[in-house]
Amino acid sequence: MSATEAPGFKLGVDIDNPVMPYLRRDRIPHIWCPGCGIGTTVNCFARALTESGLNLDEVAIVSGIGCTGRVAGYLNLDSFHTTHGRAIPFATGLKLANPKLKVVVYSGDGDLFAIGGNHFVHAARRNMDIMVVCVNNFTYGMTGGQVAPTTPLGPTQTTMPYGNFENPFNLPFLADACGAVYVARWTVYHVKQLTRAMKEGLNKKGFVFIEALSPCPTLYSRRNRLGDGVDQVKYYKEKSVIKNDANTKDVALGFQSEIIVGKFVDRERPTWLEAMNEHLGRVLGERYTPYGVTHVED
Amino acid sequence: MHADPRGVLTGVHFIDGDHAACEGALAAGCRFVAGYPITPSTEVVERFASRIPTVGGVFIQMEDEIASSIAIQGAAWAGKKVMTVTSGPGLSLMMEHVGLAAITETPCVFVDVQRGGPSTGLPTLPAQADMMQVKWGSHGDYEVIALSPHSPQECFDLMIKAFNLAETYRVPVFFMMDEVVGHMTERVVIPPAEQIEVVERRWTRKPPGEYRPYDTDESLVPEMVKAGDGYRIHITGLTHDERGYPAMNPTAQDAMVRRICAKIRQHAEKLVDVRMDGVEGAEVVVVSYGITSRVAGAAVAEARRRGLKVGHLRLVIVWPFPARLVRELAPSLKAFVVPELNMGQMALEVERAAAGRTRTISVPHAGGTVHEPEAILEKILEAAR
Amino acid sequence: MSKTEIRVGGLGGQGVILSAQIIGKAASIYDDKEATLIQSFGPEARGSACSAQVTIDTETIGYPYVKNPDVLVVMSPDAYAQFIPTLKPGGWLLYEEDLITLDERVPQGVKAFGIPATRFAEELGRRLVLNIVMVGFFAGVTGLVSYEAITNAVKTSVPKGTEDLNLRALARGYEYGCELARNSSS
Repeated sequence: MSATEAPGFKLGVDIDNPVMPYLRRDRIPHIWCPGCGIGTTVNCFARALTESGLNLDEVAIVSGIGCTGRVAGYLNLDSFHTTHGRAIPFATGLKLANPKLKVVVYSGDGDLFAIGGNHFVHAARRNMDIMVVCVNNFTYGMTGGQVAPTTPLGPTQTTMPYGNFENPFNLPFLADACGAVYVARWTVYHVKQLTRAMKEGLNKKGFVFIEALSPCPTLYSRRNRLGDGVDQVKYYKEKSVIKNDANTKDVALGFQSEIIVGKFVDRERPTWLEAMNEHLGRVLGERYTPYGVTHVED
Repeated sequence: MHADPRGVLTGVHFIDGDHAACEGALAAGCRFVAGYPITPSTEVVERFASRIPTVGGVFIQMEDEIASSIAIQGAAWAGKKVMTVTSGPGLSLMMEHVGLAAITETPCVFVDVQRGGPSTGLPTLPAQADMMQVKWGSHGDYEVIALSPHSPQECFDLMIKAFNLAETYRVPVFFMMDEVVGHMTERVVIPPAEQIEVVERRWTRKPPGEYRPYDTDESLVPEMVKAGDGYRIHITGLTHDERGYPAMNPTAQDAMVRRICAKIRQHAEKLVDVRMDGVEGAEVVVVSYGITSRVAGAAVAEARRRGLKVGHLRLVIVWPFPARLVRELAPSLKAFVVPELNMGQMALEVERAAAGRTRTISVPHAGGTVHEPEAILEKILEAAR
Repeated sequence: MSKTEIRVGGLGGQGVILSAQIIGKAASIYDDKEATLIQSFGPEARGSACSAQVTIDTETIGYPYVKNPDVLVVMSPDAYAQFIPTLKPGGWLLYEEDLITLDERVPQGVKAFGIPATRFAEELGRRLVLNIVMVGFFAGVTGLVSYEAITNAVKTSVPKGTEDLNLRALARGYEYGCELARNSSS
């Protein structure tokens, strides 16, 4: 996808882009820069939706603020573009108020892990039944390239003008430690694997976390003399090592370092709602009104 | 339509305002509450947490007030009637999402059991110092509705009204209690469900494709749908057009901001809810709300015993402010006297509405307790001179 | 009867608030009067000073605060020391006589009624019901709430399964109170 192909959005031959039914045609062109990887993740997500077999009327997507925060606005689903960092608690309310919805949070690393970090930690702890896709481009794109909680040690950012000296998060390790039932990391080079992870995530009950590494050519790559988007994808290709079931402690990222990708965690744990229904049913017996189980009235 | 009997605890109770407020919410149909513990409001969510499992619904204690104030909005868009409950410090954290509710037009109720501030202030002691914060606290232009109960019975009755107004106008509605009303115990009569009128959300009848989330009629209040119904809506905190799509230009901004303000302003007269006692022919009118109105009542009674013509105007709905009423009363008065547990917040509004036609005498109090009736009496006597 | 203002004071853990709640409930629900209850408590749950203000009236109560009570019910020396100066001259003082010793601070004309409530509670088997003994004593001495009303209020306020014990505690305090009231008026 690019700005120049809209509107109408034909591929030169007389067929629609297969992703098109998942997008709001009337919102294209999108705002993302040439070489940005967010669109690639959206392609993967659209394919994952098809393969998931879910009724798309019952899939809702929630974003925070930032470049990735705009994803919700382009997808032809019930979509909510909320406040900065707060997509997860909004999604929590949405899911709990209508448990038959599949709720996906789609946002960036700054949104989910700086301003929204506390919400991530607690939603994972609760095993809230939502899927969180984090497009990690190591920077704040929309505000102009400031240091993020994911920026590796070394590179220059506008608020780290002499290079970053702050230790970054290892996101899969964080998600794992907080109790996520599914944790995977891929890059936008790994479109097949990323699509599969998203499909698995959509069909998984509980708190799912997928990290998708993605270039920000404008504000991360170029500023650090890493070339353009294509150069970043080449880096992903050359330096990625697939290690499924890797210990998440060992998957931290350094500046242009080796990238361990794969599905790291896949386990079962009762979701918040399951735990509530099971526990209150046991304690209160007949007096308890089971919630969101049969779901006839809504 | 009538309240769902599952949520209505019909009978005569001797309970405090916090508990009564919770019962009011349940009677109004509230089935989703997200909250975070904070004195002196916690009893509201404690009661909800204990009651909701047998009524059918969800309570979740979130990680903070920021999360609570947006979790309820997610739940509202999934179709539930929703509420969060807090006090001053938590309310400050929630301001971001007051703005989100205003711009996305999400019906929700914020309960604020006011305590002394600023900051941590006086956790267990009363104030009424959040009155301007709820009006102006989030950035940008918008309108809200705020109610101020003065007894546990009103905590029940007005809570139902608060939910009904939130649904009718699709705005954040503030329920401005204070520590005393919250913790004061009194008889509360809860009527049978069939005597409680509740307003249902204005769901659209348009099919997907024809429905546009922010299309409005003369009411200026758009119809709503919920996630999962096949409408594929987009809802954003950015300035948006009738489709709900971001539209970041002065024209869209003008249309949207004017409408979300006008939908309350054009109904302001309908929203006036005051209790007037001896206002006609009065020389001095005391304007009060919440717990202070009960204290002021004692002062007004004493002033009348001394032969003064004193009226009492109690604000039940505080925002929108009954500006026309105050303006029309002003010319025949020697003064308005405005006691409140703050350094003079609603007094500014009285003064604005009176617009120089009479004096406004503020009776400020920093909070921590209520006024001595004598302090209010003294100002009434001063006003009558 | 016009407005009567009552202050109940003691230590956290003595059931001060519950006793005030029962008095208010008896008046407002079962005796068809108006009543308000305002409680104040420290941040600690146990052992701190604790008091409640109850106002009973035949008409709607505007101002719900009690500054100078007509009736002061105290269960601890601290509460006695704190509140005795506020008692109206000619008012009623009801006190736990094994814990509190009266002194010159009692205002003029006050009618004082002591009860060994803790001992009575212990004799009934649970020291915990001291507050209910005091509630019965209050009803017996003052007659501000009917025995029927206070009985109903106790029944609907105490934990399930403890009704019998509490009603015996209530009766014990009530009878003792009635007797003292008869003696003082004769």
